[in-house]
Amino acid sequence: MTDLSSLQESIRSAADARRPVRIRAGGSKDFYGGPLVGEPLDVGGLSGISDYEPTELTVTAGAGTRITQIEQVLAERGQMLAFEPPRFAGRATLGGAIAAGLSGPRRAYCGALRDFVLGVSMIDGRGELLHFGGKVIKNVAGFDLSRLVAGSLGTLGLITEATVKVAPRPRAECTLRFGMEQPSALESMVLWATRPLPLSATAWHDGYLHVRLSGAEAAVRAARESLGGELMGDAEEYWDGVREQRVDLFSAAPDLWRVSLPMHSPPLPTQGRSLVEWGGALRWLPGPQDASALRALATRLGGHAMLYRASVKPTEGCFQPLPPAMLSLHRRLKAAFDPQGIFNRGRLHPDL
Amino acid sequence: MPRVVGPFRAPQAGAWRAVYDPSVDKVIDRLRRVLPPGAVLATAEELKPYECDALMLYRRAPLAVVLPAAEAEVAAVLRTCNEAGVPVIARGAGTGLSGGATPNPDAVLMSLARLNRIVGIDPLARTARVQPGVRNLAISEAAAPYGLYYAPDPSSQIACTIGGNVAENSGGVHCLKYGLTVHNLLALRVLTIEGELMEIGARSLDAPGYDLLALLTGSEGLLAVVTEATLRLIPRPECARVVLAAFASLAEAGQAVADVIAAGIIPAGLEMMDRPAIAAVEPFVKAGYPLDAEAILLCECDGTAHEVEEEILRVEAVLQRAGSTECRISRDEAERLRFWAGRKAAFPAMGALSPDYYCMDGSIPRKRLAAVLEAIRKMEGKYALRCTNVFHAGDGNLHPLILFDSNNAREVARAEAFGAEILELCVREGGSITGEHGVGLEKIDQMCVQFGRAELATFHAVKRAFDERGLLNPGKAVPTLHRCAEFGRLHVRGGQLPHPELPRF
Repeated sequence: MTDLSSLQESIRSAADARRPVRIRAGGSKDFYGGPLVGEPLDVGGLSGISDYEPTELTVTAGAGTRITQIEQVLAERGQMLAFEPPRFAGRATLGGAIAAGLSGPRRAYCGALRDFVLGVSMIDGRGELLHFGGKVIKNVAGFDLSRLVAGSLGTLGLITEATVKVAPRPRAECTLRFGMEQPSALESMVLWATRPLPLSATAWHDGYLHVRLSGAEAAVRAARESLGGELMGDAEEYWDGVREQRVDLFSAAPDLWRVSLPMHSPPLPTQGRSLVEWGGALRWLPGPQDASALRALATRLGGHAMLYRASVKPTEGCFQPLPPAMLSLHRRLKAAFDPQGIFNRGRLHPDL
Repeated sequence: MPRVVGPFRAPQAGAWRAVYDPSVDKVIDRLRRVLPPGAVLATAEELKPYECDALMLYRRAPLAVVLPAAEAEVAAVLRTCNEAGVPVIARGAGTGLSGGATPNPDAVLMSLARLNRIVGIDPLARTARVQPGVRNLAISEAAAPYGLYYAPDPSSQIACTIGGNVAENSGGVHCLKYGLTVHNLLALRVLTIEGELMEIGARSLDAPGYDLLALLTGSEGLLAVVTEATLRLIPRPECARVVLAAFASLAEAGQAVADVIAAGIIPAGLEMMDRPAIAAVEPFVKAGYPLDAEAILLCECDGTAHEVEEEILRVEAVLQRAGSTECRISRDEAERLRFWAGRKAAFPAMGALSPDYYCMDGSIPRKRLAAVLEAIRKMEGKYALRCTNVFHAGDGNLHPLILFDSNNAREVARAEAFGAEILELCVREGGSITGEHGVGLEKIDQMCVQFGRAELATFHAVKRAFDERGLLNPGKAVPTLHRCAEFGRLHVRGGQLPHPELPRF
């Protein structure tokens, strides 16, 4: 178990010297975002579930606790992490998952990681241990800083512990497969989402649309009858592959672009294969792209594009650049938590 | 012509005084120049309706009221006030219970009620773009022809506006299953105190940079002013049914709540009423509640007809196993509404029991329900006051109603102490001083109980990142480090809420 006060001490001395540090536990997301700058600050030792009450629908664990360990404990009580964060070969940790803010296939239907974050404890750039949010589902006291930290890639502080909301595992689940091309797959996903169907994941690639249904037995049965399609056998393995970006399409090239769009956006006029998730709201494009053209297109459609895996990290950053007023607000927020700018420099944005 | 502006300078220890301040007239004149005729109110008579929101304990006329009708006018107001260094308080329908929109005699009160246009509904994207002054219920009404609705349903939904819902991160009876405002919001257009437009979030499911959408939701008007919101709509469930279950003890009812969740069921709503509350409402609404029960639970399931049929039977079985003395499933829509009628009439019915009540809003872990309710029972003896409980049991959000008589100064003091002890107990049990009403002015002291100096300092630093000089809604939501002066709580005179036409639950 890593000692909190020694972490605080390390942070204080790094701040005094304005020496950059990079927060790391399982290292499963070293590939993600900007370059790794600074001395590693290992939080892998902040591991273990400190509180789990199935009837509270919450679990509290140290930042270094592996996602797989949490999922295993939840599964014993018929529960799960509904935001399905990638486990990255078992190395992903709770703190890293929250810092990266990545959600899996269920996101479009059950909510994103940040929707399930109830509280975080963190050390800021002054070495202060702070507690925001809590362990209860309803809590509107103070600014919602635990959700702000979600997806901030460690640039605001070091998460030491977090509480997330969990969900019961669905009583019934099945996956249907439909042979169709991208335009009709997009149309089907959008139309089905307007109906009260128990959808829990959708993915299209290589000529097939995959639709997962989860919920009460009766609801899943009725939806299956109404949608048709072919029942898929090894569905769990398939969805894990999508969640972990293991489906072969993801590794078709060293570069992987992730384009986030409004659900009903048309097929992108890009060359090569693509994988569509989240009812049409997420498009994965393996291979090199004209970054500025893709970003301009994504912006025009109401979304954004990022280089999720990069063979070479671009100097302008992996994420969609922020407009000037937004960037200066980001700088001021970063300074509110980390006045010396020591945490994960350049990871989220070259200027943060 | 110079005139006396007042009597609305900030009172020190209750001393109201009329002050002539020429700079005030200058700001009002400048606001008149940037807004259309009739959009600036400044006479005592015009200001009267804006003296308070639904926390009526605090009545203070604002410096002026402005009624912009377009985003550009909101920006002009903000720029004008920012240049003059005059604070601005944004207000929607004024239905907030914690005083988030309470005016300040030194501040301009900006009503966003005229920005009340539904910009568009996109049924395929399942989104609604609305201006901040659009009423919560109007969104679901506009989406109804497409089989869609907007899920968060605060009790004041027929009147409260979406701008206020975003500011307070409003919930409702169904938030256990469908989430709070923060879970149903995609994007915002906001203006900073400098009048600069920012687009927060996106129509996609995520946006680059920090999650400012989450930060702004529930920020109680301290960080920016919302001029447009893009909301997520969801398909309306085919049907809903409710189980009414009676229990012989609070402990059993509390355990039953935990058992429902443990069985893997997330009901659309799960509400509890204790014996005094049942006794108060039954004569009014004749909902058929069992008068001999110590507590009743109302558990609603929604979805497709098949799904509801399956789930409601499972709920019934769980409640029976948990020791329910009586279990009734609504047979039709009329009966479902009758079961709910008592719950919805609970707050108004308190008027028959007592001249006044304080409504608290603490939240706790569900497993501590029975213990906390027992502790509140004991406090009744300690403070010699009655307290009834009607609340969102499914998400552990208590609404203890402390009954007292405001004509009796000693009772008022005891009621305040009683309320403070309940909130402090909630914090000790791992909960929060406010589950859904917000901090506003009402619970600013208890913020000092829930957060330490370092957290409060961070809140202030975040505030400064948006609003360096502290001009947006000053004095609300986050106490200064050296202030813990006493404020009151929701004070209801003669059972009459400020908006008596609204159900409160």
